[in-house]
Amino acid sequence: MLKNRIIPCLDVKNGRVVKGINFVDLKDAGDPVEQAKIYSDGGADEICFLDITASNENRDTIYDVVKKTSKKCFVPLTVGGGVRSVEDINKLLNCGADKVSINTAAVENSKVVVDSSKKFGSQCIVVAIDAKKNGEKWEVFTHGGRNNSGIDALKYAKQMEDSGAGELLVTSMDKDGTKSGYDIELMKKITSNVNIPVIASGGVGTLDHLVDGINSGASAVLAASIFHYGTYSINEAKEYLASKDIPVRI
Amino acid sequence: MKVTIVDYNSGNISSVINSFKEVAKEKVNIEVTSDLNKIKSSDKVVLPGQGSFKTCVEALNNIDGLSDTLNEFTIINKKPLLGICVGLQMFADIGYEETETKGLGWISGKVSKIDNQGGKFKLPHIGWNQINIVKDSKIFKDIENNSHMYFVHSYEFLPNDKKVVSATTDYSSNIVCSVEKENIFGTQFHPEKSDKIGLKIIDNFISL
Repeated sequence: MLKNRIIPCLDVKNGRVVKGINFVDLKDAGDPVEQAKIYSDGGADEICFLDITASNENRDTIYDVVKKTSKKCFVPLTVGGGVRSVEDINKLLNCGADKVSINTAAVENSKVVVDSSKKFGSQCIVVAIDAKKNGEKWEVFTHGGRNNSGIDALKYAKQMEDSGAGELLVTSMDKDGTKSGYDIELMKKITSNVNIPVIASGGVGTLDHLVDGINSGASAVLAASIFHYGTYSINEAKEYLASKDIPVRI
Repeated sequence: MKVTIVDYNSGNISSVINSFKEVAKEKVNIEVTSDLNKIKSSDKVVLPGQGSFKTCVEALNNIDGLSDTLNEFTIINKKPLLGICVGLQMFADIGYEETETKGLGWISGKVSKIDNQGGKFKLPHIGWNQINIVKDSKIFKDIENNSHMYFVHSYEFLPNDKKVVSATTDYSSNIVCSVEKENIFGTQFHPEKSDKIGLKIIDNFISL
């Protein structure tokens, strides 16, 4: 049976790990290569790096981090943040990333998703959707949550599946950093509307939130701070999910 | 000993290279090349493959003499070869991804899209799944039955002769996830991304 995945996400800035509360108020918390290794040894099903300030700053540090990490971690490594073009994706894959997540560039030009999934295969193309509720619908935000594209997130999710995305990484902007749990309504709507795996993200504060994420139809749950500051270990999270009859790799 | 990873523009092979180098350490020389003479002089060959069946076969055929060299290495000289993911799928006679494409024809059978039962199962089949070992395979030495391996694929290999199947995995159906036919080995899952247990499979292949 296919297991649900737990994915710790490391937000990386200038080659160092940080995690923000609602994308601001950053706090340095370690070396990404070491952190990734600790997570993979601890049972993480995948590792995710998000280069959070990549849109504005020098990106070369992330290539170095990916290169070093991929020589030490033998679980899948997803890298995102500031990915603008097929060439950026190529570079990250060559450094040892297994999947690349595309956010703003996919919103601005879905051809990046079409072209990259044709060139490298859908299996390595993750489309990251930052969504925020507005009335009855959710809208897609870009540029690290700063700009509202006004695009309907549910329609966009389907469009990205059709464009060749292999997975969707859905982050609730309303929930991110709040520790109050995933936006379950959003996850349910998206997971039931697409036939590709969805990774739930944004808002985890307790292990029950991970359970809720999986029960909303997500194939994988992403979390940062609960693991990063040692509130729970990956293994504790897995044991807890298993105790709730959720299939995990232990 | 020399193990060659065939670099034929089949997509991202960094992880395959990293994992083989990690396992090989100093004892084995890992080459990454499409040079025909280097492949011929290898002791073992690894045939990775990402993306679609069609693009991988086309990439292979784009390098003059490569498929003949691999054929000679594997079928005539009977030296060990490991196919990973689409590398395994290409053993088939034919694949149906994008369009009908002829494979290497080393293990009779076809590659078809996984039946997701009308959307009941998500595709690609991504993540960790357990393997059910159905016959002894040299690459499964010290690998426990029901071990978890990392998968990412939407198509499956359907060999005509089920005796080549060394492991299956349970998704929407029993999917063939490992084959062994004489000197030919293949895994649908990614040993290079399957943590320590995957590295053990790589070690088993290198140590053949």
